[in-house]
Amino acid sequence: MLKIRNVSKTFNPGTVNEKKALNNINLEVHDGDFITIIGGNGAGKSTLMNMIAGVYPIDCGYIYLADKNISLLKEHQRAQIIGRVFQDPMLGTASDMAIQENLAMANRRGMKRGLRWGITKEEKEFFYKTLQRLGLGLEDRMTVKVGLLSGGQRQALTLLMATLKKPKLLLLDEHTAALDPRTAHKVLKITEEIVDEQKLTALMVTHNMQDAINIGNRLIMMHEGRVIYDVKGEEKKRLKVEDLLKKFEEASGDVFANDRMMLG
Amino acid sequence: MSILLAMQGALSQGVLWGLMALGVYITYRILDIADLTVDGSFATGGAVCAVCVVNGVDPILALLLATIAGAVAGFVTGFLHTKCEIPAILAGILTQIGLYSINLRIMGRSNTPLLKSDTLFKNISEMTGLSSTWTALIIGIIVSIVIVAILYWYFGTEIGSAIRATGNNEQMVRALGVNTSVTKILGLMIGNALISLSGALVTQSQGYADIKMGIGAIVIGLASIVIGEVIFGQKGNFAFRLTSIIVGSIIYRIIVAIVLQMGMNTDDLKLLTAILVAIALSVPVLISKRNQVAMYKKLTGKEE
Repeated sequence: MLKIRNVSKTFNPGTVNEKKALNNINLEVHDGDFITIIGGNGAGKSTLMNMIAGVYPIDCGYIYLADKNISLLKEHQRAQIIGRVFQDPMLGTASDMAIQENLAMANRRGMKRGLRWGITKEEKEFFYKTLQRLGLGLEDRMTVKVGLLSGGQRQALTLLMATLKKPKLLLLDEHTAALDPRTAHKVLKITEEIVDEQKLTALMVTHNMQDAINIGNRLIMMHEGRVIYDVKGEEKKRLKVEDLLKKFEEASGDVFANDRMMLG
Repeated sequence: MSILLAMQGALSQGVLWGLMALGVYITYRILDIADLTVDGSFATGGAVCAVCVVNGVDPILALLLATIAGAVAGFVTGFLHTKCEIPAILAGILTQIGLYSINLRIMGRSNTPLLKSDTLFKNISEMTGLSSTWTALIIGIIVSIVIVAILYWYFGTEIGSAIRATGNNEQMVRALGVNTSVTKILGLMIGNALISLSGALVTQSQGYADIKMGIGAIVIGLASIVIGEVIFGQKGNFAFRLTSIIVGSIIYRIIVAIVLQMGMNTDDLKLLTAILVAIALSVPVLISKRNQVAMYKKLTGKEE
């Protein structure tokens, strides 16, 4: 499904701020994989997501998605087949536009946008039913501007928008990190339901190790721009947070001193 | 009596310049880009229209050609901004300055009078027997209704929604598979097309095009927008908001007519406009700060 071959990315090359964010990384994601990605700050998790999504150009290597070389495609071209949810709830939706307008735009992912009316009657009914299943009461507020929603509601909406047209790949970049624990839990549950139901292939960056173990069928750990640990299936299910911490120390030769990950 | 005449003139001027304010609204409010092409593209509309009319082109066709010229100017700014990644303000200034020379080239001199040529306004005035100000007002209102209807429809379509969303959250629009370079260029083209159309209508109504006619147009456009928003608020549907800007433009012209009647020097007009816009933009901020302090004092009570 997704193949990453020898991809590197260095920010600010040749300056004092030079930062090797991805270091000759290789990764093969299979159809239906739901992979959780963990690693300390600066490990390259977000960079990996941004490289797949095409936010910045890669320095070298290849990225194949659905047997197509997308290495040089622009962000909006890749977005035809990639759904994304960002860490910042503000980034995934247009705050001055109504809930249904946001959904209508997402419903045209990968389609040519012409002079047809921006939202149809059938769509409104479809959105009503889809929102109903979120269980957040948004179906009765479809004409409300998204700016009036809470962060959790916006994230759930963004998730819906990212998957409204089944994407070949779903990228979740710490999409619950800005939410309170209860809301984060709810959004995660919705995430699992949607991924399960649509049998999506997904990558999820998280700082919560327990979530990383519980969710999905495969887990990878990144450090200094490389994948240092890759585990799936039964072996992953048996993992404990302590195992992950130990693994990290082994691989990096470093005591894991990231509060945020410890607390997770 | 003279004040009444001045008011009539203000009404028709306000409506014709209102189309320019609509163009500024599209870039400034919808796209969230401070586009400074305006001063150039307004005069371009006037220049193209004047040269066409002088050379015997049908006055309505001349309006259309002027509109297209404005769209091209918007495209240049959009191209510089999106493809060459020049900051929007600078891209607009570059186009504006370039247009100054181009406008002179189009007209071949700095002023083109339309005294002996047929204009839409003259024709209709002769046909109906109405005075020139009434004719200008009626033409202005008809064109405005048509333009507001077209804009209302366009910004409700799929591509129009994408343009609105671009001004709101560019990153999201890209993540939904839309090329934001295209939506920005489209918005700038539509905005400047309207601005040029306004310049062309003003030219035909006043009977000449002048190289300096666009100077300060951006500020007049902003004045119309903020006056419209202060009076009618930023609520209401899209057609209502567009209409409120045209009304804002009329009110601006009425204010100008009044201060001129009161004996103000025309040279001071631009300063007055600038001050007007600065006040209109800063008053809401000051009021909200004052309310904040007032609420604090009320809720907190006296210091113990």
